[in-house]
Amino acid sequence: MRYEAPQTLNQAVNVFSEFNGLKRILAGGTDILVQLRTDVIQPELLMNIKDIEELGKIELFDNFWKIGAGVSAANITRNKEFSKEWPGITEGVGLIGSTQIQNRATLVGNLSNASPAADGVPALVAANAMVEIVGRNGNRKLEILSLISGPGKLNMKSDEFISHILIPRQNKNSSDCYIRFIPRTEMDIAVVGCGVNLSVENNNISAVKVVLGAVGPKVIFSEEASNSLLGASLNADSLSKLQEICERDAKPIDDKRGTIDFRRKVAGVLAKRAVEKAYKRIMEDS
Amino acid sequence: MKKVHVSTTINGDNKEFLCDTRETLLDALRDHLALTGSKEGCGTGDCGACSVIFEGEVICSCLALAVEAEGKNIDTIEGMANDGKLHILQKKFLEHAALQCGICTPGILMASKSLLQQNKEPTKEEVRFWLAGNLCRCTGYDKIINAVLDAAKEMRETV
Amino acid sequence: MALDNENKNFFDVVGTRPIRPDGIEKVTGQARFGADAYLPGMLHGIILRSPHAHAEILNIDTTSLDNDPSVKAIVTRKDFSPDLKGEDWNILENVMADQKALYDGHAIAAVACSSLLEARDAVKKIRVKYSLLPHVTDVEEAMKEGAPIIREGVARSSVPKDMHPNIVGYHESGHGNVEKGFIEADLIIEETFKTEAAHQGYIEPHACLVNMMPDGKGEVWCCTQGHFNVAKVCAKLLGTDASQIRVTASEIGGGFGGKTAVFIEPVALALSKKANRPVKMVMSRSEVFRATGPTSSTSMLVKIGMKKDGKITAASGTFKLQGGAFPGSPMAESAMCAFAPYDLEHVKNVGWDVMCNRPKQAAYRAPGSPMAAFAVESVIDDLCKKLKLDPIETRLKNAVKEGSKASFGPRFERIGLVETLESAKSHPHYLAPLKDGYGRGISCGFWFNFGGETSVSLALAEDGTASLSVGTPDIGGSRASMCQIVSEELSIPYEKVRATIADTATLGYNEISHGSRVTFATGLATIKAARDMKRKLCARAASNWGLEEDAVYWEKGYVKPAGPNAGNHDPLSIIDIAKTMGRTGGPIVGHFEASPEGAGVSFATHIVDAKVDRETGFTSVDRYTVIQDAGKAIHPAYVEGQFQGGAAQGIGWALNEEYIYDEKGVLQNAGFLDYRIPVASDLPKIDTVIVEVPNPGHPYGVRGVGETSICPPLAAIANAVSNSVGIRMKELPMSPPRILKAIEENNG
Ligand SMILES: Cc1cc2nc3c(=O)[nH]c(=O)nc-3n(C[C@H](O)[C@H](O)[C@H](O)COP(=O)(O)OP(=O)(O)OC[C@H]3O[C@@H](n4cnc5c(N)ncnc54)[C@H](O)[C@@H]3O)c2cc1C
Ligand code: FES
Ligand code: FES
Repeated sequence: MRYEAPQTLNQAVNVFSEFNGLKRILAGGTDILVQLRTDVIQPELLMNIKDIEELGKIELFDNFWKIGAGVSAANITRNKEFSKEWPGITEGVGLIGSTQIQNRATLVGNLSNASPAADGVPALVAANAMVEIVGRNGNRKLEILSLISGPGKLNMKSDEFISHILIPRQNKNSSDCYIRFIPRTEMDIAVVGCGVNLSVENNNISAVKVVLGAVGPKVIFSEEASNSLLGASLNADSLSKLQEICERDAKPIDDKRGTIDFRRKVAGVLAKRAVEKAYKRIMEDS
Repeated sequence: MKKVHVSTTINGDNKEFLCDTRETLLDALRDHLALTGSKEGCGTGDCGACSVIFEGEVICSCLALAVEAEGKNIDTIEGMANDGKLHILQKKFLEHAALQCGICTPGILMASKSLLQQNKEPTKEEVRFWLAGNLCRCTGYDKIINAVLDAAKEMRETV
Repeated sequence: MALDNENKNFFDVVGTRPIRPDGIEKVTGQARFGADAYLPGMLHGIILRSPHAHAEILNIDTTSLDNDPSVKAIVTRKDFSPDLKGEDWNILENVMADQKALYDGHAIAAVACSSLLEARDAVKKIRVKYSLLPHVTDVEEAMKEGAPIIREGVARSSVPKDMHPNIVGYHESGHGNVEKGFIEADLIIEETFKTEAAHQGYIEPHACLVNMMPDGKGEVWCCTQGHFNVAKVCAKLLGTDASQIRVTASEIGGGFGGKTAVFIEPVALALSKKANRPVKMVMSRSEVFRATGPTSSTSMLVKIGMKKDGKITAASGTFKLQGGAFPGSPMAESAMCAFAPYDLEHVKNVGWDVMCNRPKQAAYRAPGSPMAAFAVESVIDDLCKKLKLDPIETRLKNAVKEGSKASFGPRFERIGLVETLESAKSHPHYLAPLKDGYGRGISCGFWFNFGGETSVSLALAEDGTASLSVGTPDIGGSRASMCQIVSEELSIPYEKVRATIADTATLGYNEISHGSRVTFATGLATIKAARDMKRKLCARAASNWGLEEDAVYWEKGYVKPAGPNAGNHDPLSIIDIAKTMGRTGGPIVGHFEASPEGAGVSFATHIVDAKVDRETGFTSVDRYTVIQDAGKAIHPAYVEGQFQGGAAQGIGWALNEEYIYDEKGVLQNAGFLDYRIPVASDLPKIDTVIVEVPNPGHPYGVRGVGETSICPPLAAIANAVSNSVGIRMKELPMSPPRILKAIEENNG
């Protein structure tokens, strides 16, 4: 296995696009090293992007945040300004693994690994985040739902990789939330996850996106659940309707982490709880 | 395949070794540098027995490649005691009987050290969550948590 | 000089909490565990394992490795002794498959290469042709008609004739007439319970470094609970003499019973023999889960009859334990422990040993007892609820005492169950009001404990310090306790005693560190060895003074003349005698070799508060208290540690730990991410109370403490959870999907 650790993004693009053969990016390594060890993958080139300075920053522009592909989860959760604006995305990132994992894992790695259970992803989708992709032919931007095509699969060409995540500024009277269910308190992969992004006007929900994780081959944006809340006030009725739709929209499988029935039920419960929590955040802020 | 030459700093010493690119940092510490204090309980990031401090932050050395050590600063359990003087955490672990078999102890000490560097007065809850990636099967964690809290207290008092 | 049977009640060192002698090594990373040894020129061995639950091995093709220069040796079953029988054959069959792969993870072949990466690559190139056979992994399924038969003709003669061929062992015990007893009852509850297999989950994977010399002498370094047993098993499997294999026990990173069995050492020796080089083998975590010895999974039927006042009139239980693809599940232990806490006129215990396509079960802390307690204590809890009785008072009413006839036969000597229950009753935890939504669970538990072959040696140095050699690996701080005992007996400072785990060529045979036997048996042997030394010190002083041996006596580190007739000699300290021993008759060494009995059974009572999130089935444990009879706690901190560790493991087993096989019989969760042992943030503080009711079979009153602590938690948690949700949980683990399903079935 060839190992490269380029110092600049340009070098990285060159190294990566010029190599023909099985190749992978090494970000935090918390997925790929496990895959190497368990023989899931044997790449011929591994390119470490953590030494690239321009990928190691969290930047705030006029109308978006830009998080580099080399930024660790711990550095995202430590960023007070970001986590205040996007508490839900921060929650998702903060739930990835242990202290040790947090210090290495990246949000881009979480996304690129394309596990349906990735904790970082639902809240990103709910926030309408995009990725910036670099390759031989320059940059392009892509929505996250279009980026992920299935379990472990991304819509990217072989010379491309992700350089940044772009997250819009949060709106007024809005907040987000991510909750997951695991059987322990830590160190588990989500059995179900739910991210929501919510805006409130005059006590009614004026914009909302409900996204479910670990209950399908990729994250599920439940349009019906989201629409059901639109214009509604938050009460037992609207919440139980939301819960019902999410139970229905979840398309989980039976596996070692949970049964179909269980996951459906819990998807509904989490959606309800996540919406309540996001709503509470908005009320507390105003 | 030809091996790669790596120069790095471990516990303040300049070290060099040759490794296969597929080897982990844990493999290099143990097999090439005779630093067997870091343990492999799983090799997949789940147990924390391999915890080291890498550029100031605690990580699982089984989830870093050996080649990533190039030019970096790494602290391992072997460097925790200073000139034969135990670190307060080490002392407290002994006093509180916070180890039974002791296989998890190096990793837990490294993780606790990094906690106390960032948080001088952690709560019980904070210690438990910080150490959630360090499995201990012998103790039920109680004495470990007590030892860390007591060490934090003594460190606050001595500084 | 009646030193020998002196039972001690007052102690100077025993009962204190000194720093353990191996502590510094363990907090500085110096301690050498199984995988921490290296030899020049050593190779790395890796085992190829079956991906199938049950298959005939048609052909093992290693030709692709023929020209690979990194491959130094390949072994298969034909490299082991061909003529073993009985349990020896079973062990070999488990270590390396013969004609059939019997479970997912079963060893098929092994290679040794110059580096670990090369070995990992090489093993993937071996081609095995299998012919798949139908398989079964569930204990009830294995007994159904048409279930694949794991092996014909293994059933013991005690198994009734008409039983399924996968039932290979049968146990029955008890007394009285249960039918009669049930007629006297006001309320009878009969229920079926199931538990899944759990793994000991020690953090250190099995590891060894071996070297087989051309002359047939082998050296083994490994992490094991019983290195003498490793020597014995390796010799048998390789067809050589036990004395030819010298085994040194490394520091051991947890065992809990799982490192009593032998897996990789014989394979490493076979590889080393072929390659003529040292071979190191270290299991991966997934190998540990797939191919070592988890517990049995169980299916249990328990029936108990009770009077309105709480008196149990009769109890019976059938305990069906699956022990993997081999005979030997601890079903007799389940049956015998099930009702042991209760004084019953009519009781019947039945055990079935069932084979399945799973790895050969191994001991795990009080093997068989925790599951049985789960079933029995659940039924008792339901009886109490239905009859509106207090759970502790009811248990007290039925509790066994000194002289009670045990459900498994003999009469109890002095025991401490009542004391643990009384202590629970007045414990602040039990008196505290229950928080909203929580359920409280109580359970008792029992374990026999064990003595076994023991041999120790205690040598006096010229400066009056002592070196103790024991043959039982230290799995939880036992060296500290042994040093305390020597210090206590010889009246020399604790720091002046050094305890070493001697290799198999140095001491007589020592039984494995299991059965909670170390502090009891090795401790007893250490006391006797110290007393042997004191006798020799007295004899030496007497001879120096020209006196008869009985004209002197020992007092607190000094030999003194016994009275005015003995003359006016200044007392001789141990240092005085040691200084001149070379000139006065040679080295002074105390020994003890025997198989002590009287291990002294032990009982515990646990209390737990837990709450279930009714929407997700998630259980949080809020408060936990362990109350257990230790007889006498030598080092209370390590006794508490055993209590807490056992409780934590029991909590994991009760809530989330389980072996999950898919429909092909392949283990789905062979790693710590999905085999969910408790992490620090899952657990509350685990409070402990050490009850000390001395064991009459030990000079200090010590009872084993290591195992009883895992007996009550499954039941205590099940009772707490059942009380929280208002539904009896009959299957472990009570994972969130199971709890949620139970809640929904109850609602609809
Ligand atoms: C013990 C443990 C616990 C865990 N717990 C959780 C958890 O609770 N929740 C959770 O969601 N995950 C968890 N994970 C999985 C993992 O930590 C996360 O998915 C993490 O975010 C991955 O990030 P990374 O930077 O380490 O990825 P890497 O391993 O470096 O990369 C992951 C994949 O993405 C590719 N990749 C990385 N960066 C790029 C890029 N810029 N462009 C294109 N492709 C790229 C890599 O080639 C690789 O295929 C856990 C892992 C472990 C070992
Ligand atoms: S060995 Fe690295 S986390 Fe277990
Ligand atoms: S002390 Fe044994 S694993 Fe922690």
